[in-house]
Amino acid sequence: MPATQETIRQVRKIDVDQYKYGFETKIETEKAPKGLNKEIIRFISRQKQEPEWMLEWRLQAYHRWLQMQEPRWARLSYDEIDFQDYYYYAAPKNQTWLKSLDEVDSEILATYQKLGIPLKEQEILAGVRKQNEASELDDSLYASGGVAVDAVFDSVSIVTTFKKELARLGIIFCSISEAIREHSELVKKYLGSVVPRADNFYAALNSAVFTDGSFIYVPKDIRCPMELSTYFRINERNTGQFERTLIIVDEGSYVSYLEGCTAPQRDENQIHAAVVELVALKNSEIKYSTVQNWYPGDKEGRGGVYNFVTKRGDCRGDHSKISWTQVETGSAITWKYPSCLLRGDSSRGEFYSIAVSNGHQQIDSGTKMIHLGKNTSSRVVSKGISAGFSDNTYRGQVMAHRRAANARNFTQCDSLLIGNNCGAHTIPYIEAKNATAQFEHEATTSKISEDHLFYVMQRGLLKEEAIALIVNGFVKEVIQVLPMEFSVEAQKLIGISLEGSVG
Amino acid sequence: MNGLNHMLEIKNLYARIAEIEVINDLNLTIKEGEIAAIMGPNGSGKSTLSYILAGRENYEVKSGNILYNGQSILEMDVAERAILGIFLAFQYPVEIPGVAMMEFLKTAMNAQRKARGELELKIPEFLKHVKAVAAKLEMDISMLKRPLNVGFSGGEKKRAEILQMTLLEPKLCVLDETDSGLDVDALKIVADGVNALRAADRSFLVITHYQRLLDYIVPDTVHVLYKGRIVKSGDKSLALYLEQNGYTDIIGEVT
Repeated sequence: MPATQETIRQVRKIDVDQYKYGFETKIETEKAPKGLNKEIIRFISRQKQEPEWMLEWRLQAYHRWLQMQEPRWARLSYDEIDFQDYYYYAAPKNQTWLKSLDEVDSEILATYQKLGIPLKEQEILAGVRKQNEASELDDSLYASGGVAVDAVFDSVSIVTTFKKELARLGIIFCSISEAIREHSELVKKYLGSVVPRADNFYAALNSAVFTDGSFIYVPKDIRCPMELSTYFRINERNTGQFERTLIIVDEGSYVSYLEGCTAPQRDENQIHAAVVELVALKNSEIKYSTVQNWYPGDKEGRGGVYNFVTKRGDCRGDHSKISWTQVETGSAITWKYPSCLLRGDSSRGEFYSIAVSNGHQQIDSGTKMIHLGKNTSSRVVSKGISAGFSDNTYRGQVMAHRRAANARNFTQCDSLLIGNNCGAHTIPYIEAKNATAQFEHEATTSKISEDHLFYVMQRGLLKEEAIALIVNGFVKEVIQVLPMEFSVEAQKLIGISLEGSVG
Repeated sequence: MNGLNHMLEIKNLYARIAEIEVINDLNLTIKEGEIAAIMGPNGSGKSTLSYILAGRENYEVKSGNILYNGQSILEMDVAERAILGIFLAFQYPVEIPGVAMMEFLKTAMNAQRKARGELELKIPEFLKHVKAVAAKLEMDISMLKRPLNVGFSGGEKKRAEILQMTLLEPKLCVLDETDSGLDVDALKIVADGVNALRAADRSFLVITHYQRLLDYIVPDTVHVLYKGRIVKSGDKSLALYLEQNGYTDIIGEVT
């Protein structure tokens, strides 16, 4: 089990409660004034040189947001957020409208390098290979495990790699800001079509002030030959990051998308309120994987990112499939329910989740599987691990519409507790309006007991090795569905997140 | 033949858990290559003794000493003792979901090798070795792919313990009621597995309730444990005596 050993090595390298990605990048920043009003929204829209319709869209969302209440139904407790106390736009100076990687500030390149995302080498590698190959598109280049990256730093996308190569297949992979300018019709057609502007408080806020994120369009009958990914980094103090991602996969196509996130260690709470919309047309498939590692706060529970996210996929066409896989280890507060609308007949939704909470982290996360079409099926596998003083809630809704004949769902929801001061909760909402629907729900809660540790350690494993082994076994089912690049990373991360969880 | 060296020496040991005295002035010596049996009525401290030898948390040694090859192990934690060659075959092995037995074996073997400064196992040799040992214990190969002890029958769990013991090649094997829950056929297989490990430099502490196991694993010495101390020692015939007469008169002598 090399990953276990790897986990241990990583855990040893890092001091207890030191967040590996907590460094700050010193760079000059252009910021909008603090607070939120119509002028700020106009400012953001102007910075991004958006068409008039986009500004209108934002202002309408803002108008609705003003009338909405912050949701308080989740099992989360935090002081009221003063939304006027945040910056809604922060961009590294002179880092917009870049033509190539050469123009990217070296500090930013170094930041991504430190985070394990070497943007520059990636491009160079691709360039070298291209010279040696014929000018024809070489699928093997991508099959070799290349990953295209969109790097988002605070409010702007810095650079997107492999764009040209992908464009040759007709795949559009760029920042949402660029898509709004360059692919306006596509954006206009699909933006807000899965998560309406006034869907909820945070979605409305995001719709008003979203700054950047990724846009993907895969045309008909194309299997995207490489993983597409976005790396989100919040750097600036008191800044909200409002990511907006829109992925459209046309008929008969496939894409696998990865998302990673980190932030520096701060005493105050940063806000991340994202909206992600996925549209899967007939016979298409989207695989969306997240490793979320926002700063979780210190061991007393100070600081950390507030993560309020609306992620929803629409299986719009028949036989389409959307699969969410998430590994959540970061954030002080997580409020997130990646969902599937199973509209097309025989469409399928999947949700695989590992949510790890330690220290004073609070997680209220889960999924919604809304069965609308006939013969739709869904599968939910959720693994929650709570340690320290944390609280970890799974909240899941499975619903069959009255026309959703033969809808099938299987939900498995397991919680693992480490120590005596944490909590795990499972809140399922199951509703079938069609008599032919078959829903299954299984849930377990267990604890890493002294018995387990004693047994494993008696075979020669150190305590943290024993915990890593037991935890990796617990989450295995989900780790297996992660893309290769992510699975080792995810296991390491889980180990690191749980360090110091047993005295 | 037993060597002259003492592998294990327990000297005037007093221990307690949660303020309750469980071991009271226990003395026991096991020589290299010796098979010692510990017998005693329920609640006499048999399993407790195995936990204390293995270094389980919350078992507090108040006084006395445990020497392993002449070295005190009281300050060592569970893993350190395991790495020195102390193995405990559990009466109730725990289930570990999601961790295949094969994976567990490899992790444990490599953890011990690494701690001893040895190289990690080569996979093909490891697989061959594990499969050969499993076959001897009449374990189905498919079992090796199943999560450790999850859904195993009582007999399968005990065989899995002996499999681990064989692969880890410990020097001091503590078997805690390995016979409990086994039918005669399974008992023979397990006993054969244990007997195959007998060696001049390996000792066994066989904890059992019944003489039956000792027909298959023949001990050099038999000790009766009662109220946390050894109250009588003898050879194999002591076990037979207990089988026929029970513990009453021996305990009677003490109290």
